[in-house]
Amino acid sequence: MNDKSRGALIIIGISVLIVLLISRVRAQDSTVKVGVLHSLTGTMAISEVTVKNATMLAIDQINAAGGVNGKQIVPIVEDGASEPAIFAQKAQKLVQEDKVVTVFGGWTSASRKAMLPVFERFHGLLWYPVQFEGNECSPDIMYSGAQPNQQILPALDWAKQKGYTRYFLLGSDYVFPRTANLILKKHIIHDGLTVVDEEYVPLGGTDFSAIVNKIQAAKPDIIFNTLNGDSNVSFFKQMAAAGLPPAKLPVMSFSIAEPEAKAMGPSIVEGSFAAWNYFQSLDDPASKKFVAAYKSRFGQDSVVDDPMAHGYLDVYVWAAAAEKARSFDIDKVRKAAVTLGWKDVVMGKTKFASNQSLYQTAYVGELQPDGQFRILWNSSAPIFPEPYDPLTFPGKKCLIH
Amino acid sequence: MTEFALLTGQAFNGISLASILLLVALGLALSFGLMGVINMAHGELLMIGGYLTYMMLQVLPHGIGYLFGMVAAFAGTGIFGAILEMTLIRRLYGRPLDTLLATWGVSLIMQQGARSIFGPIGDEVTAPKWLTGSLNVSSGALMGLSLPVVRMFIILLSAAVFGLIVFIILRTRVGLLVQAVHQDRDMAEALGINTRRVDLAVFALGSAVAGLTGSALALIAPVTPTVGQNYIVYAFLVVILGGLGSLLGTLFAALLVGIFSAGCQIFTGVSTSDVLLLLFVIAFIQFRPRGIITISSRSLEGS
Repeated sequence: MNDKSRGALIIIGISVLIVLLISRVRAQDSTVKVGVLHSLTGTMAISEVTVKNATMLAIDQINAAGGVNGKQIVPIVEDGASEPAIFAQKAQKLVQEDKVVTVFGGWTSASRKAMLPVFERFHGLLWYPVQFEGNECSPDIMYSGAQPNQQILPALDWAKQKGYTRYFLLGSDYVFPRTANLILKKHIIHDGLTVVDEEYVPLGGTDFSAIVNKIQAAKPDIIFNTLNGDSNVSFFKQMAAAGLPPAKLPVMSFSIAEPEAKAMGPSIVEGSFAAWNYFQSLDDPASKKFVAAYKSRFGQDSVVDDPMAHGYLDVYVWAAAAEKARSFDIDKVRKAAVTLGWKDVVMGKTKFASNQSLYQTAYVGELQPDGQFRILWNSSAPIFPEPYDPLTFPGKKCLIH
Repeated sequence: MTEFALLTGQAFNGISLASILLLVALGLALSFGLMGVINMAHGELLMIGGYLTYMMLQVLPHGIGYLFGMVAAFAGTGIFGAILEMTLIRRLYGRPLDTLLATWGVSLIMQQGARSIFGPIGDEVTAPKWLTGSLNVSSGALMGLSLPVVRMFIILLSAAVFGLIVFIILRTRVGLLVQAVHQDRDMAEALGINTRRVDLAVFALGSAVAGLTGSALALIAPVTPTVGQNYIVYAFLVVILGGLGSLLGTLFAALLVGIFSAGCQIFTGVSTSDVLLLLFVIAFIQFRPRGIITISSRSLEGS
């Protein structure tokens, strides 16, 4: 037998083996497919790739511990490419073609709004990990990111306690800052405090000269900042150039977490405040285990943040709910998820309320020179999530279960 | 802060914005206005300038590092522009639509290149000590007014670059050749002028100015792979509003756009003022389709 035909024989042999192996796996059916749908390319990739990493970490940990209902989780990763339309397409592909039992993903409100009709029409279940503007209530989405009353309003409570009375609202011009500021304004005025001005800049805007001028004229006690992305760098640089670094005029940001601070260079945002439901510096044993596991897998200099912690938590809660329901059926899992009771997965005690949003604690942190936050304040207990702020949207209720 | 101080502050901001727009548009005014090359990669030339400054700051002490960063951005981006001209743009003269597509491709390649080398997250360029701080007025009619030093620096830089380019075009032999080629390419060629070398020089100079601008913008804005996209629209706006081929027109257009924006922002937000600005430019172009200053040139008419 010459070399060539021996090589061919080996290849045939290996292929037969592989086919046999695959058919064995199929026959046992010992796996369950889930979808992971984040932007891996485009402008949102900076933020979403890390949430995907945290989600994959949780899946691997659960698999290593024996899987869910005796089955290994097989993640099917798709790229939303920072385009809402592609998110909708990929969501449909995951639910219809891949027949996944659930999907973890999404970041921008635009991507969530694009996926929502897909999940409602084809009856899927999406776990959404990012803080958002609320004002939405779908039985096919598990909202683990903070509702306005769990991030924005606690920050206002903290600012009130500190004695700040004059508020300047600044944001990027899209749905989250607009809705957040609508709610903030109602509460600030309701509490007898003053909104000195409200300004918006198009996403990616770099010129803040007029806004800095208006801030100087309005003399606020604190700026509530819902700017997103690169605009923050321009804003903080131009404030510092005008002699108003965060040390002189406090800034409370809602979209700056550990990775953003690291990217911007902590020196320009040092001393500014942020409100989240999770900080890497959180003193909690579950969080410390998560941080250590993430670092050992994705590099010692990597940092974790609130949306990543939520992405990680979502997989664990889904697994626990499926175990409790002894099924992967979407309706049974949904019902089980809201009756699991308190658990510390990564960010202290949390549980899903009957409106499919997460009870969670609010924290306010101050950015340190090393790019980490020092936690200054936390809500006394996990806060009940309210998708519809009673002061801003009176009479609207989210009743799912 | 008095009302008068607020208005004065906005007037200053208008001039500051105009100086930024002028810097951003000058390189384009040279390549687009004088040579008819629609360079979609102009924004990415700014980005290169920003990253070159960042790299210089990594190896040099901070105080003088920035000055070297500016020099490196000017020279490095100029050389890059020259290479781009020799390898690609030269082959596409007289085919504006092809140039548009080709340079757009170049801009995408450059963005992804920067992403691969420096990562998708931006890098930080902080202003040196001598550029931080601001001039504060603490009494009198202008009480509360504060003028950032870094903005004054950019205004001065912009004026210096503009002066230098005008000097080169009007007073030097190279400038004379550029004018000759701009006015009538065929006749210039017939008289023995090497028009290819002139094209190369103009495009390289335009790129170098873009690099220098990127270096200056790094002081007040982020340095990211896509930062150029924020400026490219305004750069074309200013060049077209000013009138093709006229540097003086570019100056007037930058001032007009800057002061108009800053003026609008006294009573409205940034988004609305952008809308008003575009409406204004559309209306203006209806009445003066060739911009503020009209130049009659055989090379422009031919195309």
